[in-house]
Amino acid sequence: MTAFLALVRKDLILYVSDKRALLMHLVLPIVIAAFFGSVFGAGGTPHGIDVALVQQDTSDAGSRIAAGLKADPNLHVTPMDLAQARDAVRKGSQAVAIVLPAGFTEAAGTAMFSNQTKPEIGLLYDPSQPAVLAMVKGMLTQQVMQVVSAEMFGGPLGKKLTAQSLQQLDENKVQDAALRDMLVAVRKFEDQPRDEGAGDGRPRGLAMPFTTHDESLTSGPVAEGYNPYAHSFSGMGVQFILFMGVNMGIGMLLARRSGVWDRLLAAPVTLTQVVLARAVSAAIIAFGLLCTIFVVAVLAFHVRVSSVPGFIGVAAGFGALTAGFGLLIAAFGKTPEAARGIAMFATLILVMLGGAWVPTFMFPAWVQQLTLVVPTRWAIAGLDAVTWRGLGALAALPSIAVLLGFALLFTAAAVWRFRREQA
Amino acid sequence: MSNVLLRVEGLVKSYGTRRAVDGVSFQVLAGQTVGLLGPNGAGKSTTVSMLCGLLRPDAGQVLLDGQPVTTGAAHVKRRIGLVPQDLALYEDLSAHDNLRLFGALYGLKGKPLDERIARVLGLVNLVERARDKPATFSGGMKRRLNIAAALLHDPDLLILDEPTVGVDPQSRNAIFDTLEALQAQGRSLIYTSHYMEEVERLADHIVIVDHGKVLADDSPAALHRRLAAKALLRVELAEPVAPGLLACLRAQAGVTALAGEGTALDIGLTDNADAVPLLGWLQGQGQRPVHFATARASLEDIFLDLTGRTLRD
Repeated sequence: MTAFLALVRKDLILYVSDKRALLMHLVLPIVIAAFFGSVFGAGGTPHGIDVALVQQDTSDAGSRIAAGLKADPNLHVTPMDLAQARDAVRKGSQAVAIVLPAGFTEAAGTAMFSNQTKPEIGLLYDPSQPAVLAMVKGMLTQQVMQVVSAEMFGGPLGKKLTAQSLQQLDENKVQDAALRDMLVAVRKFEDQPRDEGAGDGRPRGLAMPFTTHDESLTSGPVAEGYNPYAHSFSGMGVQFILFMGVNMGIGMLLARRSGVWDRLLAAPVTLTQVVLARAVSAAIIAFGLLCTIFVVAVLAFHVRVSSVPGFIGVAAGFGALTAGFGLLIAAFGKTPEAARGIAMFATLILVMLGGAWVPTFMFPAWVQQLTLVVPTRWAIAGLDAVTWRGLGALAALPSIAVLLGFALLFTAAAVWRFRREQA
Repeated sequence: MSNVLLRVEGLVKSYGTRRAVDGVSFQVLAGQTVGLLGPNGAGKSTTVSMLCGLLRPDAGQVLLDGQPVTTGAAHVKRRIGLVPQDLALYEDLSAHDNLRLFGALYGLKGKPLDERIARVLGLVNLVERARDKPATFSGGMKRRLNIAAALLHDPDLLILDEPTVGVDPQSRNAIFDTLEALQAQGRSLIYTSHYMEEVERLADHIVIVDHGKVLADDSPAALHRRLAAKALLRVELAEPVAPGLLACLRAQAGVTALAGEGTALDIGLTDNADAVPLLGWLQGQGQRPVHFATARASLEDIFLDLTGRTLRD
């Protein structure tokens, strides 16, 4: 036991005295997580989607559609001419441009109750933001339906079209009592004085027949809302601590190349003891790093931890996984130089598929299925559960179990390989 | 001096189809220093790895006081100290912390460990630098600390794998002083090297290996007796060597070997005393020696005779 503890102590002293390693594995993840947290919506009001409006319909109704779009808090509308709008979207300074053509509202009103060709609204969009196009379409539809229907059920255009229809019935001597009765009723409705609506004496038109109640589903002590720093600290913490695991594996390869490895194994300790001591020290370092990173996240970025036991469990599981990952590199890497490149590539793949950079729900369905066998995905899911999702330790148990399982698998494979080489 | 401490019996180790060690056998008596000599790639380091229980032999065995040395034989490993060829130190731990770690691997702790550390640091003259990191040491100091780390647990047998690689003459001399002090304490040493003069200075017994096989296993005196030429005479002539001279020279009494090129003659002699009459004979043949030197033949010659003069990479 004296030998085992001495080996663990040696690794801890060496790591703590390595200022460059501390900078790399502790300071960098905090800085980058803070940056990503702020980028993904923390600490500021949403800016709204940048939309260029090309207002070619100068009618009163057309102006009201423009006003409605400008009043929408989800949009940031800038009037432009068509050439400017095309240029702005092409350069990416505007996500979408809406081209409201001349005579649009009159044509839309006419098309509402007839088979006439429907007028087109031009939408120019940035191909890198297809989701934004759908959002803008939805908000545009709401504004157009409201203004055009109001116009048809009470505006001058509606009255004019009703009168024209009645006149055509008379001129063509059409014997359709029901249609005539309906048009007469519409004219009566249109002629009624009213004070409801938008406050300008106009009817409100067809509005959305519902509203939504949006509830952010977090719980416990984090019920006040989603803190994007929580996810970014999880992601960056996992990434940079895995880098530490890579360094640990490379360090073992370097030790094997030097005489240190021989000296350790010439002592009355077994190969398994030497390897496991390195794993324990790496797991302790990884656990300490993750805890320190989250202490900063809690104190400086108001990340809340909903279950301390759950967090400790996930951090311990991830620490063990990091150690196993490092051992795997040391056991299967042929040379430090060759192993470093492959290990860094493997780490980046693990981190990417684990959802450290972007959440896994943004992946295609088949990739999401694939990530179930990626251990980092479980680490991030576990950390998310006990931070911004506000869940308890029980919710983190699957992640802890999977992380420990992978750690055991990696360590066993590494020990097997080491022993095989010794023989 | 008659009791055998280490017995090596028919060691074989192969890497793929290459046989690195091929039936190596020798023994080390208590208090004896054995020089294990061989050119690069001869199989010395593989042999050392098996002597320390780092590698499992394909065949054969190593016995320390009759106990087999295996990878898991902790009680036997405690009696062996290894000084690896490469520096086996943590550059970012102080000299004291390095020794503390390696002592702990042998179960030492507390005051006994501190006393051992002080003793070995004194032996290698590094007491003043105990708190410094090896990263700040010269090459010679690192080599001495490397030896100190192998002595902490007071081993019966110290195995040194080329411990003077890359050190200056002063440091080499300091290392030899340390090893001679250990010899004086009655400790057994195995010293591997490809420098014959180092082994000649330290060893009571020499084992020469090449291509994984033992080529010679004897005392330095016995190896000297194997030499046909006990002395060397090098002569520089005023004129190039005359045709037919070499054949006549080879027939002279006391001449055992001969080489001539240009104006230079290298003559192997059975005795140093044969040099003067031979120089007179050369003058009598009309040759004019302008410079000559004599030297005692060394074990280097027998080493080269046995292992060949082809370069080893």
